[in-house]
Amino acid sequence: MAKHHVEAVVNGDAVEFLCETEETLLDVLRDTLQLTGSKEGCASGDCGACSVMLDGRLVCSCLVLGCEVSGRRVETIEGLAKGEKLHPLQQKFLEHAALQCGICTPGFLVAGKALLERTPDPSEHEIRFWLAGNLCRCTGYDKIVSAVKDAAATMRKG
Amino acid sequence: MRYEAPDSIEGAVALLSAATGETRVLAGGTDLLVQMRADVVDPDLIVDIKKIAETRAITEEKGGWRIGAAVTGAELKEHPRLKSVWPGVIEAANLIGSTQVQGRATLGGNLCNGSPAADSVPALIAAGALATLAGPQGRRDLPVEDVMLGPRKLALRKGEIVVSFLLPPRPPRSSDAYLRFIPRTEMDIAVVGAGVSLTLDGAGTITAARVGLGAVAARVLLVAEAAQAIIGSRLDLPAQQRLEAAARAACRPIDDKRGTIEFRTDVAAVLTRRAALIALDRARTS
Repeated sequence: MAKHHVEAVVNGDAVEFLCETEETLLDVLRDTLQLTGSKEGCASGDCGACSVMLDGRLVCSCLVLGCEVSGRRVETIEGLAKGEKLHPLQQKFLEHAALQCGICTPGFLVAGKALLERTPDPSEHEIRFWLAGNLCRCTGYDKIVSAVKDAAATMRKG
Repeated sequence: MRYEAPDSIEGAVALLSAATGETRVLAGGTDLLVQMRADVVDPDLIVDIKKIAETRAITEEKGGWRIGAAVTGAELKEHPRLKSVWPGVIEAANLIGSTQVQGRATLGGNLCNGSPAADSVPALIAAGALATLAGPQGRRDLPVEDVMLGPRKLALRKGEIVVSFLLPPRPPRSSDAYLRFIPRTEMDIAVVGAGVSLTLDGAGTITAARVGLGAVAARVLLVAEAAQAIIGSRLDLPAQQRLEAAARAACRPIDDKRGTIEFRTDVAAVLTRRAALIALDRARTS
C-alpha cells in the first residue's frame, strides 16, 4: 500500500511527511523529521522517554501511529527552549543535577512542562504521581522532583 | 497494513464488514500498538474510530450518562460532573497506566482488548453499564458483562464495534467504588479488581447493589450472589461476612507468577468488602 501523506504542525511549524501505517509517531519524529530528542526506551508505553504533547495532551509517541497525527499539533522536547534561552525546567534540571545519562531527560522535561501548565504549584505528591510514567534508572528521582518544584517556583514568579 | 480513519459509524462498520483479513479497531492504541510491536497481532486493516464524533463525546441521556468508546481516561477525569455521580467508574479508568497512557487509553479499548484483568470493566459491570454496539445489522445494546467471553474473546460479530457506554440514571443515595491489588503501588496489571455499586434508602439500608470482579476468572464476572448478600442490610459485620463468602465462592482464578489461586481468592473477598464499604460511605454523603 502507498505511504500515507501526513500534514501536521510540529513545534509550531507546518510539516509534511510520508509514513507507513506501522510507523509510530516516535519513528517519524526521529527517523523522518530528524527530531531525535525524543528517545525510545521501552517502545511499550512504560518508560515515558518518548513523551510528547499531542493537541495539548501528554502521550507516549511510541503508542501513536504517525498517520494518526494528520492535521494535529505535536510538541516535542525540541520546542522547549526558545532559541538559546532554556526553559526554566531545563535550567533547573542543570542546577539540581537532575540527570546523569540523560536518556530519560527529554521525557521528564516534556511531562514536567505539561504538569506545570495545569498545576503551577504542585505538591511533591502530585509531581511524583504525574511523573510516575517516566522512568529514570540513574538519579533516583529526588533531584528530578526538586528541580520540578524549583522550576515551578521560578515560573510562578514569572 | 491499511489504515483508515472514517468519520462515521457506518463508514467504520462498512470497512470492517468488507475486510477479508485480520482487522483491528484503533481507539487509544495503548494495547494495540504494543501488541503490533511484539508481533502478537499483524492486522491487514486498522480502523481508527477517533474521528467519529459519537465515540468521543460524553453526554447526558435520559438521566444517565453516555460515554463514547474512544473517550480517554484523562478526559473522564477532567469531566466536571461524572466523578461525583460515578466515582468508582472514574477511579477504575484512571488506574490504567501512567499520565501518558491516560492521555490515550479508552473505556472501549480496555473492554475490547479482552483482558480479564482490565481495570475499568469490573467498575462498568458494577455500574450496570450497557455497551452500545453498531454492526452491519444495525445497533444493539449488550450489558458490559456479556461483551467479553474469555481472554481476547468478545461477543462482537463481524463488522461490529463498541460505539459507547450508557451509565444508567442514578437514584439518590447511590455510589460506587473500585479497588484493585497490584504488587507495586502504581501502574501494574490487576491481580484482583473489585467494583461495587449500591443504593441506600433513607434509613441507610442497601436497596440495590451490583458487584463486578476482575482477574479471578477467564472473564470479568458479575457476581449476583455477592450483591444479594448485602441487599437489605446496612453492611453490618454479618453482611460483610456474607459478601466476602459470596465473592470468594465466585472466584475461579488461574495460578500464575502474579498470584496463586488461594491468594487471588482471599484478596477478592477483602477487596470486595472494602470497595463496598467505600461505596457505602460515598452513598451516605452523596
